[in-house]
Amino acid sequence: MTSAHRLTLRDLPAYRTGCEQGYRLQPGQVVILVGLATCGLAAGGADVAAAIREELASRQPEVCAAGRQVEVRSTGCLGLCEQEVLVDVHFAGQPRLTYAHVTPDLARRIVAEHVVGGRPIENRIIGRIEDEDHPYKDQTACAKQVRIVLANCGFIDPERIEHYVARGGYAGLERVLQGLSPAGVIAEVKVSGLRGRGGAGFPTGLKWEFAARAAGDKKYVVCNADEGDPGAFMDRSVLEGDPHAVIEGMLIGAYAIGADEGYIYCRAEYPLAIKRLRVAIEQAEALGLLGRNILGTGFGFELHIKEGAGAFVCGEETALMASIMGLRGTPRPRPPFPANRGLWDKPTNINNVETWANVPRILVRGGAWFAGIGTERSKGTKVFALTGKIRNTGLAEVPMGITLREIVYEIGGGIQNDRQYKAVQIGGPSGGCMPASLLDTPVDYDSLVAAGAMMGSGGMVVVDEGTCMVDLARFFMAFVQSESCGKCPPCRVGTRLMLETLERICAGEGQPGDIDWLVDMGRKIKAFSLCGLGQTAPNPVLTTIQYFRDEYEAHIRDKTCPAGVCPALVSFGVIADKCKGCGRCIKVCPSGAASGKLKEVHSIDAALCIRCGACFEACKFEAIERGQPAAAPAEVAG
Amino acid sequence: MADQLRLTVDGRDVLVPAGATILGAAEAAGVEIPTLCHHPLLKPSGACRMCLVEVEGARGLLTACSTPASGGMIVRTRTDQVVAARRTVLELLVSEHPLDCLTCESTGDCRLQDYAYEYSVTGRDVAGLPNTPAADGRQAKLDDSNPFLVRDLNKCILCGRCVRICHEVMGYGAIDFVSRGATTKVTTAFDVPLEESPCVFCGNCLTICPTGALQAKTGRGLGRSFQYDRVRTICTFCGVGCSLDLHVRDGRIIGASAAEGPANRGLVCVKGHFGHDWIQSPDRLTTPLIRAGDGTFRRATWDEALDLVASRLAEIKAAHGPDAIGGLASAKCTNEENYLFQRMMRAAIGTNNVDHCARL
Repeated sequence: MTSAHRLTLRDLPAYRTGCEQGYRLQPGQVVILVGLATCGLAAGGADVAAAIREELASRQPEVCAAGRQVEVRSTGCLGLCEQEVLVDVHFAGQPRLTYAHVTPDLARRIVAEHVVGGRPIENRIIGRIEDEDHPYKDQTACAKQVRIVLANCGFIDPERIEHYVARGGYAGLERVLQGLSPAGVIAEVKVSGLRGRGGAGFPTGLKWEFAARAAGDKKYVVCNADEGDPGAFMDRSVLEGDPHAVIEGMLIGAYAIGADEGYIYCRAEYPLAIKRLRVAIEQAEALGLLGRNILGTGFGFELHIKEGAGAFVCGEETALMASIMGLRGTPRPRPPFPANRGLWDKPTNINNVETWANVPRILVRGGAWFAGIGTERSKGTKVFALTGKIRNTGLAEVPMGITLREIVYEIGGGIQNDRQYKAVQIGGPSGGCMPASLLDTPVDYDSLVAAGAMMGSGGMVVVDEGTCMVDLARFFMAFVQSESCGKCPPCRVGTRLMLETLERICAGEGQPGDIDWLVDMGRKIKAFSLCGLGQTAPNPVLTTIQYFRDEYEAHIRDKTCPAGVCPALVSFGVIADKCKGCGRCIKVCPSGAASGKLKEVHSIDAALCIRCGACFEACKFEAIERGQPAAAPAEVAG
Repeated sequence: MADQLRLTVDGRDVLVPAGATILGAAEAAGVEIPTLCHHPLLKPSGACRMCLVEVEGARGLLTACSTPASGGMIVRTRTDQVVAARRTVLELLVSEHPLDCLTCESTGDCRLQDYAYEYSVTGRDVAGLPNTPAADGRQAKLDDSNPFLVRDLNKCILCGRCVRICHEVMGYGAIDFVSRGATTKVTTAFDVPLEESPCVFCGNCLTICPTGALQAKTGRGLGRSFQYDRVRTICTFCGVGCSLDLHVRDGRIIGASAAEGPANRGLVCVKGHFGHDWIQSPDRLTTPLIRAGDGTFRRATWDEALDLVASRLAEIKAAHGPDAIGGLASAKCTNEENYLFQRMMRAAIGTNNVDHCARL
């Protein structure tokens, strides 16, 4: 790229045309795309990319002879995280072909056989993309997905602003600056029906209007990128795959409310997202799309990145603002709301990453278009991070109103190893579990709240029959307890007492009345806590009690863990009739408890057994029996 | 009137200035709302949840201390839900609070004790759940490493008053919350002893602490609030004129605390708070002393001493002129006293050689 020159509104269309020429494949061109978001890198993407480059370099004469111009592009996450490393080969004028689970060796073969030789390695190809707006539409996992927020993820190189612009980027800002008034922008967002994607679902247009109307000589906009729910990585993928969408959304929001400064509060555990945001901010500033006198219109907006230091509670907006201001990240009561008194007591508008990323598309395609997607009260799409015991771990963007069943069984591909679906935990530690009986619940803000869960930021942890719901509740309670800011007694002390009670139940020391006590205390914590963390912290416990009360009762009354998870309530033994003496249990046992000679009946030494269940999972002959622990031997006197 | 708001609190009509909180409106209406973290000198924090009230039309309960009153608001402070909130907060706080009121310095001067009494929160059980002592994660050691304050973090209810007065009012920022969740505590940066922190031992944190977590080291074991009289006085350490209550038991001063006064708004410094041991010191001078020729001192009356000073000043002035004399006034003097002093130096002695120790 030549040294950037600052664009004006008038230059932008011509600049975009240039970008499009660079982005679209020219005849004879081949683009190799490597997924290098955190998911791709974790799977070894960097080595794969290096292998591709090396192989290309060594085959330069052949590439030239074949008349190919080959470009390697790194992209963000397509959503198929479980299949990373993903490498796509795209010949101009042909569908883009996707290889999954690519190793450096396979990458070299792909270059040699497909890119140079023109012979796709058919048995390693998992899908084809003909339409960038609807990838893999012929596959069940993708057929029902609608990509608005993730539209660019996996297509553009997130570190090249030209790619973003080529895919229609900054057209929303262009439309706004061409003559839409701030009130006009807010009206468009209101028409769209967009609600906050951070979890609570407050109408975005209304929020902007509050901040726009608030009196103040200085205003701020903030992007909440402190995604901290266990199992949630939607925002990370957006920031890593399409950072300019968030920046453009913030620019439009700043214009609408009259802000000239903004912060992206991103957790420091997302170094790649932060790096790509920095690159994006630099590039946008260099082109005059950010900073002073944007596109020559006089509108100015300065954007900073603030790295969070690892506190979950800083995802709560008042704690987040305190943290930006250099204070301890602790929530404060509202009112005053940030719209009136936010950062440094100035009117401030805070939205989540996904909310901001929706904004440019709404401004380009119109609020009415957006409102045409989803349900009556929940418009547009929602990105979910599917994790747990589901086949297709990864990201999915679905229209609001889709059922849980469609997400789990069609998009998610069902439960791993064909086991039984038990529940999905939606909304992380603030949300609740949805049992099989609620699989047909439409996924929208209001239906989920009615079921005792919440949309949350979009984490979906799927659990199967091998998960103990009491243990699951205990896990989330331990999480919120250690992440509570400690300010208000209901959250600080109440969640500790709930956790201790759950630990007791899991240890087989539950007492009659514990369940009712948990419900009572959970309701009190919800009603009396200061902030959203405490007000939602008991949800996992309350919903697991609501839908799986029998499991709690089994722990307390029968001292058994039906799922065979809680170590104190389970024991493992060998069923002599079924054991073939294959040695699998011995191989997987981490504590040396399983023993025996080959082809003879094995045994498990209860004294050494740590009750991890590895032998139970590994045995092919169902010869491991999981049962209640034998009563502890009476201590020998003396 | 635009700057006045009319609302009702527990059915009572009340008129408050715009900007008042619900708590302020309740006070104006004569309705008491319990608070632990609220203090008029401090910004609202909303931490303790004791002041939760019901407001018609609002989603959930609101903290009276931080929520602005608005016209037409209907506030209820005695509903079942509100009382349940107060009881829950107290049960949770008491569940991890030492129950050593028998020997606690703050017995009788402890809000937690008062409210526990009022709401019959008797012990460690929380809503019927037996809370075993082992469950009490807070086993802090008593910190008496400095000469002024004793910190017993087991008694701390984390209301944050001490932190906020240190930051918001005194401006030292010596203490703050550290850690999270059940392990949250108030301490210095990196947990260093107070003496190594920016703490100046003004002791205002102690004054404002609603429990026995912070105590004055000097008066420990000498008497509790219901055993001593508070004698209002003005601090003599400097010219500011802070109002001070001396704690007097059986004719002995056993402590001091800041009192509400026009010059100090209920705050004092380390001297006023802790510097009272000299009053009853056997070494204290109670009469003027005149130095004899051999360097020893003898007791004298004030008349005798002042006569000696006046005559010696007159001699010096006669022999060497008025500019041979200089006067240096003490910062312990008031403005009025300093004014009189310079008048004396200029008019009676005739020199401009007058200064004040605060300039040094």
